[in-house]
Formats: sequence, C-alpha cells, structure tokens
Amino acid sequence: MYRIVTKKVLNPSVTQMEIEAPLVARKARAGQFIILRVDDEGERIPLTVAGCDAARGTVKIIFQIVGATTALLGAKNEGEYISDFVGPLGRATETEGVKKVCVVGGGVGCAIAMPAAQEFKRIGAEVTSIIGFRSKDLVILTDEFEACSDRMILMTDDGSAGRRGNVTVPLKELLESGERFDRILAIGPLIMMKFVAEAARPFGVPVVVSMNPIMIDGTGMCGGCRLSLVRDGKRVTKFACVDGPEFDGYEVDFDEAMTRGRMYAEFERHAYEETCRLLGRA
Amino acid sequence: MAIQQKKHEMPTQAPSVRAHNFDEVALGYTEDIAVEEAQRCLNCKNRPCVEGCPVRIDIPDFIAKVKERDFEGAYGVISRNSSLPAVCGRVCPQETQCESKCTLGIRFEPVGIGRLERFVADRHNERAEASPERPTSNGHRVAIVGSGPSGLTCAGDLARAGYEVTVYEALHTAGGVLVYGIPEFRLPKRIVAKEVEGLKALGVKVETNVVIGRTLTIDELFDMGFEAVFIGSGAGLPNFMGIPGESLVGVYSANEFLTRSNLMKAYRENPTTPIMKGGRVAVVGGGNVAMDAARTALRLGAEKVYIVYRRSMEELPARREEVEHAEEEGIDFRLLNNPVEILGYSNPDDPRDPKNGSVTGMRCIRMELGEPDASGRRRPVEIPGSEFVLDVDTVVMAIGTSPNPLIKDTTDGLEVNRRGGIIVNEDGLTSRSGVYAGGDAVTGAATVISAMGAGKTAAHAIDAYLSSK
Repeated sequence: MYRIVTKKVLNPSVTQMEIEAPLVARKARAGQFIILRVDDEGERIPLTVAGCDAARGTVKIIFQIVGATTALLGAKNEGEYISDFVGPLGRATETEGVKKVCVVGGGVGCAIAMPAAQEFKRIGAEVTSIIGFRSKDLVILTDEFEACSDRMILMTDDGSAGRRGNVTVPLKELLESGERFDRILAIGPLIMMKFVAEAARPFGVPVVVSMNPIMIDGTGMCGGCRLSLVRDGKRVTKFACVDGPEFDGYEVDFDEAMTRGRMYAEFERHAYEETCRLLGRA
Repeated sequence: MAIQQKKHEMPTQAPSVRAHNFDEVALGYTEDIAVEEAQRCLNCKNRPCVEGCPVRIDIPDFIAKVKERDFEGAYGVISRNSSLPAVCGRVCPQETQCESKCTLGIRFEPVGIGRLERFVADRHNERAEASPERPTSNGHRVAIVGSGPSGLTCAGDLARAGYEVTVYEALHTAGGVLVYGIPEFRLPKRIVAKEVEGLKALGVKVETNVVIGRTLTIDELFDMGFEAVFIGSGAGLPNFMGIPGESLVGVYSANEFLTRSNLMKAYRENPTTPIMKGGRVAVVGGGNVAMDAARTALRLGAEKVYIVYRRSMEELPARREEVEHAEEEGIDFRLLNNPVEILGYSNPDDPRDPKNGSVTGMRCIRMELGEPDASGRRRPVEIPGSEFVLDVDTVVMAIGTSPNPLIKDTTDGLEVNRRGGIIVNEDGLTSRSGVYAGGDAVTGAATVISAMGAGKTAAHAIDAYLSSK
C-alpha cells in the first residue's frame, strides 16, 4: 500500500498528489513514468512523474480526471492509500548536449513538460516554454514554468489568459523569425504533438515527443503500448514502455497512435459514468 | 489380476459446458481412482520415469505411497524435489517427460503420473492446516528476480536450506506467467496463491511492484547485502510478424490478451480492464500459448475462433491434450495457412468514424510442406495464388517473445547471446560472479517445468557457492 502524502486540486479536472514510494523517489528522473492501481480490483494506469523528493521519499503525480480510474484516484484524500505504485519506468528525458531548448506543453501534458523544463534549466540550457490550455480556468503550473524558463509564452484557445491561439502559433513565429533550438520537446495531446512536428519540420529543428499509449504491465511484456515509427520509408514497431516514452516527433505515426488510443473509448465512457454514479457525482 | 491397459480417464467438464465458463476443465481424480491408477505402476527397478523429470521427483516412491493410501506420505516424497506440485501436476508436458519413459508405456498407456501428482498435491492443499516448520536461518541473504516458476522454485529450495530469501516481482501479484499467462481454466489462480503462501510460510519475502533494472539494479541488490542473485525474469517483448495491419485496433499479442483476461480479470462480468469480447477471432501460432489464447477467446464469448498455423498438425508444438481440448470445444484449426496482411476498416467520407482502423479480416496464404529446415521440421512453403481472406475482427499473435532488455542494459558485465538470452553455465551461473539465471530469460519461451528445473539447479549452485565462501 502506498500513502497519499499531499493532495492539491490544480483546476476543476486536474489534481496533484505526492505518493509515498521511497524506492521510486530515489530513482525517478524527468520523462519517466509510474504505473498505479487505486485498489485491488483496479486497472493499471501509467502516469508520468511530475517530480520527486528523495529525502521525503515521495513522488509527485499530476493527473486529469478523464475516466473511471482517475475519478477514483481523484476521490482519494491525503492520508489514504492506493494499492500499487511501481516505477520508475521508461527512459529519462535525454538532455545531454542541449544548450537551447523549446519546451511545448499542452493541457495536462504541461505537468510532464514541467520537470523536463526544470531539468534543462538545471543543466544550464536556455529554456523557452510555450504552454497552452483551452481556457483560463484550466491553466496550471504557470509559476513553475516562469521559474525554470528564460521565456514563457502562455496560450489559450479562447484568449481568456495569455495570448489567443494554440501553441504552434508562437512556435512558428519564433522559428520564422530565425530562432533556432537544439531541440523542441513537445508533450500534450497527440494532435498537438503532430502539429508541433509539422510546424518544425521545414526548419529541421529536432522534435522529441512523449507518447502516452494504452499500457498494462509497463515493463516490456504485453506489447499493448506499441507504436509505429516511419524511419527511412520503413515502418518500425517500438514499445513505449521500454523504448520510450520519448520518440523522434518526425518519425511517429500519430494517426495510428490516435486510432489505437481510442480503442476502448466506448468501454471507458461507460466505466466513467458508472464510477461517477458510485461516487455520487452524476 | 491383469493390468488395466489404459490410464484412468481424467474427469472433465463437458466441452459444451466448459466452453462458456472459466472454471477448471479437468476435475481431478477421486481417491479411489488415484489408488487404482497407482496400482498400474510396475515399480520397476531402473525407474526411467525419474530420468524424465527435470526436477527428478522420486516418482515410484510417491506412487507406492498412494497405493497404500498414505497420501500425505506421497506429498512428502514429491515436495522433497518440487516446490509447486499442484502447478506441475496441471501444466507439465508429462507425455514428453516422465510418462514418455514409463516401462508400462512400452506395451500399454503409461501410468498417469501427472494426474497422480495433481491428486496428491490437491488433497494435501485441501487438508493442510499447520504451516511447515520454518527452517533455522543460516544468515545468508539471496535475492530472486521474478516470481514465476523458476524464481519460486529457487526461492523454495534456498529457503528450505536456511537462506533468507527475498523475491522481487514487477507486477502487483506474485506468480509470473502462472498468473498472467496461463488461464484460470487450466490453472486456477488460487492454486498459485496457495503455493506462494506456502513459500511465505517458509520465510520467503515477496516484494511486488519492484522492477529490477528500473526500481533497483542487480548491483544495488548486492549493495543492500544480498550475497547472490537469481534472475528468473521470464520471457520478454512479444514478437509480431512484421506484416501490414498489425497495429490495427483489435490486434493483440497473446501476452496482452492473456494478461488482460487473467491478471487483470477481464473475464469477469464487470471488469475494470477492457478486452475485445465476442466476434470472430484468429489466433496466429501453434504453441500452448496459442491454445490458451484461443480457448480464452471462446470463453469470452467469441462466436468463432480459429487457430492459424503455417505448418501441419504433426509439427504443432502445443501439448496434445491442449489441442484435443481445444478441438472438442470447437476451435477451428486452419493449418498450413500463413497470414500475409491484416485488413482494416476505413471510411473515406468520415475520418471520425469510430470503426476506422479496426480489423475487418486477415489475408492468408495456403502453405505446403517442403524440405526439412535447420530445426529438422519440414519447411512450410507458400502455394502461389492461394491467398484468401479469413473473416475476423480480432487477431491474437501468439508467435513467441524476445528477451526483455531491462536487466541486460543495466547490469555491467552480464553477457547475453545473439538473441538476447542471458548466458549461463551448467550451474546456471552467468558471466557475473554470484549472479545466476534460469527459465525463459535464458532459454527463450519454454515450459514451466524446465524453468523449475533451472531454478532448482541454480539453488543448488548458490548453496554450494555461499557455503564455500
């Protein structure tokens, strides 16, 4: 059993928790993920590590309530326990040799982008952050991004906070004005990552994206998290859990990933409704 | 009294009933049947059956005890060599091991050794109350990576010899392939849980949710005070064929399909983990895992299940009993067929059509057997122009696995072979001092009992190594 040490509601659908898991806290680095089960009957879900405190033995997770499991998790309080918490899984964000980076985060993906931005800052890179949300009441982590960025650009779809528009607008402007980055790291919805890669492609700036496919074991056993890369015209199958979760944004077949991500949409919608009913929130 | 020529039949659930439930297919011998079957044993001097057992159980001795109705005595004989008798009695391929060597088998059917082993273990487990006496600790600590058959066997043997053993398991439940891979109807999970409880009673610690190679490395285990490590991390990443369409919605690896159903209990009525239920299913492959996947699909409610295998029945690697059970239940064997493409749905007018990207069929080509290949089996050759489409909406790839790179990549000096399997000597010792390995992590996908044999060999070697230190 793993204790929920702190809980903070960041916006109506996004919650942050620190979970007591000393072995994971000692090892986890930006870009890696954990898998948890809320209770003994629950499904296993992957969540990217949003930070950790080795001294306190805690791991920070930030999650959006999108389905049955995240709804159950969100209903838990400080001092309560979840049954399983395993990690750190996957490979850490590659930062070596990066001197100037643009970190692009979309929605709850900003929670994953934030520790990466902090890590780039820590190694002395110049960090530009572009973070995007649907509207003002969904904005999270601006203080954290301010603190680790040389320049932070906030975007909302409706213009209710920061600039109006999606994250590719300022990215394109920067690239067109002659700004060059050693790397663009994009973390957010698949469609956003796809368009970041498209925006950067004419300029040849390397794009790394963080994939978050459906997963079960997370250790390289089930193969459910596979995705296709198109490399030199050939399709290559990779496993997000052991080969990723970060991949070359120019190689990922996003359309296929989107189709696979919707595989259980119907099942998940029913499960979510059922859970909301049980939690008395319908 | 003349010897009965055939084995006593194993009572089973009727095929038409069991095809729709996840309860165990074989029901087990009664006491009387077991005693009668035991009386078929000739108790011959040279004991060839023992040679056929990877963990060398004293088979004629335990059968003699069954004959005398001393069932606990029989259990005592088996448990001298086997940590998991209730498991082995169910999933061992006895027909190619102990029973294949049985003297009675020269003229008649061999003694039903596996069925007797299962009977003895089940009878013990039903009645066992007092936990086994905990051995006195010798103060030496050994870490075991993985709680599958090799790890549990190694742990059990070392614990009995007085070692302080900790087993690290990556998943949330101990048992490895016995819980995520082998279905409930062939090996009920309570049987595995019981065997794990037995080991805990011996003092073995089981730490779930620890991925060696990530949460902790092999070197850190030594830093923590363990003096030897056994790696029994099992098979790894599932293989795919590399044909078009394998990423379509509705294509699973057998590992994923079985894990969803077994470990995550998607077979239950209101599961939290989803799985494709119903429809028409093709399972590609001919091993035991393919049979398990096909029979699971059927029980999940599929209207039609095919096994698609590129060679013929003769080369099919699954156990005969599993194949017979599958056939009885109505699985349709499409032999000498090989998939060339999985076809998917695409609505050109509506890119948001939820059916887009889902499987609509599998294009196959007919094969014929040509000259023998390196494995000695006749090589299947495509028959030109014989392609056809199998009408299915779910495809399960059960064509083996490749070793998991996690431990190799995080352990300096641990040598692996060309296929990624850990290299060991005859004692199970790897290229690193104090690090032993066995089971699928070494051999690639094999059987439960061969993994147990490897765990046993390594336990013996670890004992010798640490006693001489």
